[in-house]
Amino acid sequence: MKQRFLNDTNLLLVFSAAILLMPIWLSPLGAAYPDLLQKFAIYGIFAIGFNILFGLTGYLSFGHAAFLGVGSYAAVWSFKLFTMNVVPAVFFGVIFAGLLAFLIGYISLRRSGIYFSILTLAFAQMSYNLAYSVLTPITNGETGLQLTINDPRWIDSMYITVEEGLPSTNLFGLKMSGYPGFYFCAILLIVCFFISLRIFRSPFGLMLRGIKSNQNRMNYTGLNTKPYMLSAFVISGMFAGLAGSLLAVTDPLAGAERMQWTASGEVVLMTILGGVGTLIGPMLGAGLIKYFENIFSSFNKNLLHEVFSFLPDGVEDVVVQVVSLFVGGGWHLTLGLLFMIVVIFLPGGIVEGFQKFGGVFGYGKNKNSDSSPQNQAAE
Amino acid sequence: MSDFSKLNRRQALKLGAAGAATIGATPLFFSRNAWAETFANDPGNKASVTLGFNVPQTGAYSDEGADELRAYKLAVKHLNGEGDGGMMNTFKPSSLKGNGILGKKVTFTTGDTQTKSDAARASAKRMIEKDGALMITGGSSSGVAVAVQGMCQEAGIIFMAGLTHSNDTTGKDKRRYGFRHFFNAYMSGAALGPVLEKEIGNDRRAYHLTADYTWGWTQEQSMRAFTEGSDNVDGMDGIKGIGWENVAHVKTPVGAGDFSQYITPVLNSGADVLVLNHYGKDMINSLTQAIQFGLRDKQVNGKNFEIVVPLFSRLMAQGAGENIKGILGSTNWNWSLKDAGSQAFVKAFGAEYGFPPSMAAHTCYCQTLLYANACEMAGTFYPPEVIKALEGFSFDGMGNGATEYRAADHQCFKDVLVVRGNQNPSSQFDLLEVVQTTPRSQVEYDPKIFGGELGPYKV
Repeated sequence: MKQRFLNDTNLLLVFSAAILLMPIWLSPLGAAYPDLLQKFAIYGIFAIGFNILFGLTGYLSFGHAAFLGVGSYAAVWSFKLFTMNVVPAVFFGVIFAGLLAFLIGYISLRRSGIYFSILTLAFAQMSYNLAYSVLTPITNGETGLQLTINDPRWIDSMYITVEEGLPSTNLFGLKMSGYPGFYFCAILLIVCFFISLRIFRSPFGLMLRGIKSNQNRMNYTGLNTKPYMLSAFVISGMFAGLAGSLLAVTDPLAGAERMQWTASGEVVLMTILGGVGTLIGPMLGAGLIKYFENIFSSFNKNLLHEVFSFLPDGVEDVVVQVVSLFVGGGWHLTLGLLFMIVVIFLPGGIVEGFQKFGGVFGYGKNKNSDSSPQNQAAE
Repeated sequence: MSDFSKLNRRQALKLGAAGAATIGATPLFFSRNAWAETFANDPGNKASVTLGFNVPQTGAYSDEGADELRAYKLAVKHLNGEGDGGMMNTFKPSSLKGNGILGKKVTFTTGDTQTKSDAARASAKRMIEKDGALMITGGSSSGVAVAVQGMCQEAGIIFMAGLTHSNDTTGKDKRRYGFRHFFNAYMSGAALGPVLEKEIGNDRRAYHLTADYTWGWTQEQSMRAFTEGSDNVDGMDGIKGIGWENVAHVKTPVGAGDFSQYITPVLNSGADVLVLNHYGKDMINSLTQAIQFGLRDKQVNGKNFEIVVPLFSRLMAQGAGENIKGILGSTNWNWSLKDAGSQAFVKAFGAEYGFPPSMAAHTCYCQTLLYANACEMAGTFYPPEVIKALEGFSFDGMGNGATEYRAADHQCFKDVLVVRGNQNPSSQFDLLEVVQTTPRSQVEYDPKIFGGELGPYKV
């Protein structure tokens, strides 16, 4: 193997430092507040997990939101029934998402390519409708599952004296809202990144890449690829379940819209935007989309008038009118444009952009193939 | 293959220790100032206070959201002493001085709830954590109101609900930090029941189409209780009803767009009344389709087929156009009211935007003024004191006559308007005529019937 610009140890170090120091280096961008930082970390986990399936095997799942939702519901029920401690919540979130992933994966993986995508989409949509209107005693439908003062919390009620008001989620006493919540998610993100790194470098990962480049040939050599596929699918589902349970940990509410197909589509966008099959890419894509969703959507005309106040009056009004189409309620438009630009000019996502940029300075020439954008879903 | 072969046990331990140290130290650094505060987002010596306006800018309720935002901007202007003052001149007893709140200029930040609980909470959190909002208000859906209200309670930020009509908002999901000026489904049912009996009779068979979330559920529950009697309805007691029968009650998803698959079965169900527990664009679509399917021209059981829309607004009437004529419903407020408060508000709003405000705009405007007034009364922004000022506060001159913020559940009690789609509108906005003003005493109920607890003052 050729020498890479960053070896894996350094990569992990740089990544950890970047994640843990987000509150500092994101503050000039207006993104350094706990809720958004938590979202960065959580959706980073979601996207990293998705990338293990899509990036390595080329199987495009359009139903990952179902696992996210199941993770959330499991976590909230753990808060309601057992304890406000987050450890069981995360555990149940991951386990239930894994079980559902096994079930859906076992059936969907009989097909590949577009048929696989459609099957996963169908399952996710079924889950969504179940959560939305059929299983309302469990999910509380559109309103979303919330904690109430009268929840049993059996384990807590044995050990902890009841205080007035709703208890908050905690890690052995440390409250999981605000910055502690972010650091909890961030550490799990780093762990997930590490696991993903190990999978990418392992023989198992190599096998998955083999499936991506030519599954038929793998089968002809007498190898049964199904267990590998299913493992990748379940691992990926468990990552999504972890992300879902973390959403509930930082904010104990689970809503059906988390399982909607738009949420499944979002993680596909994140991965493609950042760079399919790369280690860092999905995380970057997730961050970018969440940034747009939270920051761009909050710009209003008053703010734009302030920003462009240096322009002459007439010009300012015109500029503000035009720009306001792309911020506030129109943030989707900006995101769409950005997505088009990336897909057309940088099919390898933002990571390819960095490589091209790095190439100008003489790096990146000996990049190995694991970040190449070719080899899309093979059938 | 693996670069990690270079990482031996010793290095791994070192790495771990360094990481742990960083993690351990950083939160202390960031939350250093957090403990010095006595309450969340204390404006302290700052010259201004920030209010968070969280409204749907996209989705099925975006028309209401846009109008709410207009009202908020108008309220901010009036609070800061700009414009003609609107309802600040008619609102009694008022402690407002027209110099901001407690001498601090009012500024605001906006966000999009997307009418989704998740997005609404994320947006409200951004306002609280990043923009330092001292109060969150807005929303046009009860699902969102309940979700944001719960979050605000945890954050210790007062939530002045916008348009939310579910019984749950101030019923089983009520919170100490949440306040609702708008009326609710129970009051709609109580006001509509007698009018329906008089207008369309009492041996009717009703078919309910219901938006599938907290608002729709309680709306259907209340309407059924007040028409069929509470015996067959879960969660309602001691209501007599007007002798109607239930044919079916079907739940429909929010934002469905096409309701034809739900309306076709109504045609041959033997029902002679269709109750549309829908709101916003959903109601516009379902009503328009019901009319297109010829429901209103039908005769069933020897009676004219009737449609009832329990929660009505002028914005929806505008969207539904001709179809709204003659249809009964209830509303929190209508711009055509003749009292001084309503007139002052309509005048100020009209001068600013060129058309009359909707009831969503009205309730949001009132909420902003009520919050500001409570801060002035309490003499502080400290939430527990502001809450105490609002609890049990009686006021007048805000378009609904004498109104009280009931302390037991933070629900405003006031008269309820029963309206009908105007047969001969005099302008494109003159769409609703008031059939009856139901007095407060007739729609009042015991706060205990819905359960729930307000929770603590101090969080």
